[in-house]
This record gives sequence, C-alpha cells and structure tokens, in this order.
Amino acid sequence: MLQIAIGIILGCCAIGAGIALVAGIGPGIGEGQAVAKACEAVGRQPESRSAVTSTLILGCALAETTGLYGLIIGILLIFVAPGSFVNILKNAVEWAVSKGIPLQ
Amino acid sequence: MESKSRSRLVDFLLLLLIILPLVAAMVLKVCTTPDAPLSEGVQISGAQIYFTIPLPLQDLPITEAQINSWAVMLSILGICLYLTHGIKVVPDSKRQLAAEWIVEKVTGLVSDNMGKKFLGFAPFVAGILALSALSSLSSLLGLFPPTSDMNVVVGWAILVFILITHYKLQGGLWNYIKGFFSPIPFFAPLNIIGEFATPISMAFRHYGNVMSGMVISVLIAFALRNLSVMVLGWLPGFLGQIPFLQIGLPAVLSLYFDIFSGCMQAFIFAMLTMMNIATAVPEEE
Repeated sequence: MLQIAIGIILGCCAIGAGIALVAGIGPGIGEGQAVAKACEAVGRQPESRSAVTSTLILGCALAETTGLYGLIIGILLIFVAPGSFVNILKNAVEWAVSKGIPLQ
Repeated sequence: MESKSRSRLVDFLLLLLIILPLVAAMVLKVCTTPDAPLSEGVQISGAQIYFTIPLPLQDLPITEAQINSWAVMLSILGICLYLTHGIKVVPDSKRQLAAEWIVEKVTGLVSDNMGKKFLGFAPFVAGILALSALSSLSSLLGLFPPTSDMNVVVGWAILVFILITHYKLQGGLWNYIKGFFSPIPFFAPLNIIGEFATPISMAFRHYGNVMSGMVISVLIAFALRNLSVMVLGWLPGFLGQIPFLQIGLPAVLSLYFDIFSGCMQAFIFAMLTMMNIATAVPEEE
C-alpha cells in the first residue's frame, strides 16, 4: 500500500514537472519576435547595431523570467519535492500507527 | 626608498587579502565534502551546512553560501583597496587607471539610467554589480556560487524593496497609501500584489538563471559520463573507466552558463535596482 502511494507521488511529480515546463513556450515565442525585430532594425540602420544588440540582450534576459519560473518549479518537483512528500507520507503513516488508526 | 618598500609590502598584503578568502573557502569545501561515491545517480543538493549556531528560537545554520559570500565580499574589499592604494593626482599606474575606468563607467551608467540627481547611488549599484558578478563567477573556482542559493538573492532583493518603499514614503504616507488605490479603488489588491512581486521576481530571475545553469551542467556531465562508459567501456583496464567524452563540451557550457549568464544577471539585477528606485522617488514640483 505504502509502495503504491510512493509510486503515485513520484509519478505525479514527474508529470507536474513536465507540465510546468510548458511555461517555456511563451518566452520562446517572445524572444524569437524580439530577435526578429532586432534583425530588422539592424538591417534598416546598420550603424545602430551596438545599441540594438545591448537592448536586445537585456530584453531577452527579462523575457526569459517567466520561463525560468517554470524551470525552477520543474527542478524542484524532480529533485526536491518527491523526497519531502514521501517523508510527509511516512510520518503520517507512523502517526496513524502510533494512534492505532487502521490503515486501509 | 623605505616608503617604496613599505608600499610594496602593503600591495603584497592587499593581494593576499584578495586571494586568501577564496582559497580559504576552497580549502573549507574540500575538507568538509563527504566522500561521495563517484557513480550512482545525479547528486544535486543545496548549500551544505557547515555548522549551526544554537539560538533560543531557532538554530542558525551557517551554510556554504554564507561563507562563500563573505569570502567574495572580503575579496572585493581587497580589490578595491588594492586598486586605490597610492593614488595620485596624475595617474601613473595601470591600476589607478583601472579604478578610474570602473568609477567612470558606473557613474555613467547611473546618470544615464537614473538621472544626475541620483549619482549618490553609484557606489551602491557598483557594490551590487560587483558582488553579484563575482559571486556567480566564483563557481569557476569550484566553489558553490552564493547566487544559486535563493536566500542570498532574496536578501538583496529585500534590501532593494526597503529602498524602494523608503523613497516612495518620502512623498508622504498619504500619497503612498493613495498610490495603491489608483486609478480606481478596485485595483488595490492587484497593486499590493504588484508591490511585492517586484523583489520576488528580481530574486527569482537571478537565482533561477544561476541555479538552472548549474543543474543543466551537472545533468549533461552525468549523461556524458554514462555515454562514455557505454561507448568506450570495451577499452582494456582503467582506460575504460576514464570518461573521455566529458572533455570539451562542459567547458563550452560553462562559458555560457557561468561567465555570460552570471555577468548578464548581475547587470540586469543592477539595472532593475536602478529603474525601480528611480521610478519610486516622487517627482519634485
């Protein structure tokens, strides 16, 4: 029974991590558009290349943030969450056993 | 003659101040790292706890991140003292030129982004920039980069948040409260959330970049080791155990994740600090 519960926790953490990384779509599209516009701008005014490039890099790094939130959640779900959830489950089971509550 | 040799001695001591804290942090890390088995699974853990100080409410753990950020701070202090030691009116040494270049650049950055009246912020911005960049770069020495611990970065973001609130309050408490209910009172919850989202987003951006770089590097190194065991495992003797495929690619990744990303995030953190503070100061009539 406990093994099945732990298996469900691990599987759901993996699925959740996968869903969390969907957040990467938005920054991908956004940065692509930013780069496209920057290329157009450089093509139109080649002398403003350095200013456009530095603004582009700053903007891209800012746009990356939402994707990074998803990435952090994914990493936490894979490397941190399963251990702590399993610990919570084991503590709950111990508590139930010590109180004499029957486990189904 | 005697003053010259004394100046040399001071220079030497300051150079030691730059190098010794980092070396001490490395030695501490090497001495306290438990002998992990080389294979078997990916090891990704947070900052290692060196020791805990017992306190009445809750024990205060002193982690790797704290020790390393203090080492980096001492090192920055050493760099500043070294660059400004023995400055003259007419610069004749390279290091004075370097110091003047740094001050000029930071002053230019602050006056470009915040305006002339904020020039007093230049040392603060330079401090954040240097601390953040060198903290991220300290991973090149094999140290645990303090910026990949969320507590460190959240600490800086809280500092910036306090500054922002301080400057907003300068326009009067009533105006500060009224700012939450503009343009219509319906927006008050959103405005309050937005107020707290600023430091959280700043901290998460920096922390997420550095930590995700670290995790991706570890994962790729692990995958390359397994691949090389699989492909080259038939080689006789200990030759089969050497992960040849790990040569090269991790270095290129480190170039991006450690150097470029670290410096970029330091710059962005300083940039956002400047923007937020500049917009928080009430307009003078």
